[in-house]
Amino acid sequence: MVEQFESSTDVTVALPRVRERIPTVVVDDAHVIYRVHKGAAGGSSPVAALRRMVTRTSAPNIREVHAVKGVSFTAYRGEAIGLIGSNGSGKSTLLRAIAGLLPVNRGAVYTQGQPSLLGVNAALLNDLSGERNVTLGCLAMGMSPEEVQRQIPEIIEFSGINQRGDFASLPMRTYSSGMAARLRFSIAAAKKHDVLLIDEALATGDKGFRKRSEQRVRELRESAGTVFLVSHQLSSIRDTCERTIWLESGVLRMDGATDEVLRAYEAFANGK
Amino acid sequence: MADTALADPDSGLTQAQLAARYGLRVAGERPSLAEYSRRLWHYRHFTAAYANAKLVASFSNARLGQLWQVLTPLTNAAVYYLIFGVVLDQNRVPNFIAYLTTGLFIFNFTQSAVQNGTQSITGNLGLIRALHFPRACLPLAATLTQFQQLLGSMVVLIAIVLVTGEPITMAWLLIVPAVLLQAVFNAGLTMAVARMGAKVADLKQVMPFVLRTWMYGSGVLYSVALFEERLPGWASKLVEFNPMLVYIELARVALLEQSPLLSSSLFQLWLAGVAWAVVMGLGGFIYFWRGEQEYGRG
Repeated sequence: MVEQFESSTDVTVALPRVRERIPTVVVDDAHVIYRVHKGAAGGSSPVAALRRMVTRTSAPNIREVHAVKGVSFTAYRGEAIGLIGSNGSGKSTLLRAIAGLLPVNRGAVYTQGQPSLLGVNAALLNDLSGERNVTLGCLAMGMSPEEVQRQIPEIIEFSGINQRGDFASLPMRTYSSGMAARLRFSIAAAKKHDVLLIDEALATGDKGFRKRSEQRVRELRESAGTVFLVSHQLSSIRDTCERTIWLESGVLRMDGATDEVLRAYEAFANGK
Repeated sequence: MADTALADPDSGLTQAQLAARYGLRVAGERPSLAEYSRRLWHYRHFTAAYANAKLVASFSNARLGQLWQVLTPLTNAAVYYLIFGVVLDQNRVPNFIAYLTTGLFIFNFTQSAVQNGTQSITGNLGLIRALHFPRACLPLAATLTQFQQLLGSMVVLIAIVLVTGEPITMAWLLIVPAVLLQAVFNAGLTMAVARMGAKVADLKQVMPFVLRTWMYGSGVLYSVALFEERLPGWASKLVEFNPMLVYIELARVALLEQSPLLSSSLFQLWLAGVAWAVVMGLGGFIYFWRGEQEYGRG
């Protein structure tokens, strides 16, 4: 690593630049494969399980999903990048790999600092009250207990779950799906981020909440170095991103200016 | 465009060189052991809150709520006493009911911690794939939850021991270090099975067999003197160093006046207890840390 660094400095000197572009995320031929359990199949008895462990064969009900197949790109500071593609094309998986939550099987992902994934998938405990879930979520993001105490009222206020009575003290399982999603988004958005990865977060909740959350994302963008946005709403990609990456079946199909990529994507989607 | 091998056409660098030049780090890189321990300490509040939350959540649907924390061990003790104390009549152990419940509760601490630990990665994949925190928080929280359960059981145990006529002595204080040593042992063991369980989901099916066998080998339900009488010398010696037997005997020595012991000396018993805690605690932690990057894959 050090040698490469030294040899590369010469190149920098040799090349005059108008504006130096600082990369924040470098994805180099990344492959992500994860294992899925297909559920109860034959041979799930303890004896069969024991035999499999002894003979070191994998269970027959596991399938490997090759979700991202050799994607490469570089993201620079100050960029907002949209990620598009049809369902199951590997967008969310790619974001998780960038966040370092899912390891890559081949290739590498390099990042500046610790990217944060802002998703609505943060599984919380449904048997606990909304307020306790806020505490737990904030602690899991690495906040100190004092900071969490300060943030709780703000987060609950932002999520708006208390608009119809005191829902914050009720267990999460009593929430409607929209309310739960709003609370999760509010928890995740409570922290400042260097590299921000947003996964479909803007689509949750009612109109009023969507407005507030879009405003929040814009604030987060200003403080973050680079923003990735996964969305099926092309309008929100058009509004926020100047560059767009199009993934299809785990392969990078196009990477370029948003207008250009969206036009090609729409032609592809209509042609199907 | 995208298919070019060079990341930055101007400088002629490959992706990896570019990353190295700007000091980017591999995403989700495993930190050093010292750094990992530091992060784990930083997340101690999360671990505690998560353990507590799990404990509350496990009773939240039951009508009697937290009362089950005491009722479960009590019912367990009653059932085992009925079978092993009354039906099979183990009259060779003085104060059999206290002897039995001590062993049962101490063993149950490890058993439940291991059972929950096996699933602490697989059962929390949503959390792992969404948030960044040292994954060791999860098996540690599983141990902590069971430790809180144990405190509930301890209240019941002390009551049983007192009711059955054991005197209160200074030796009772020894139950505190004994249980703490066991907790460290459990934490290590839980981390180890958590990593194994993350790799091989079948472990969940196999675990009950392993734990049942372990229970029979730890002298929970009958007099430990039986090991010496019925087993060949080397096997009896082996059982003597079984960590669960060690911790159970430590608790029995602390609480009961005359309970049969397999270990030849108290010093050796404590030594074994400390050794197991250190070996398992450290070993489990290092083993778990080595797999840190893999846990999100499922």
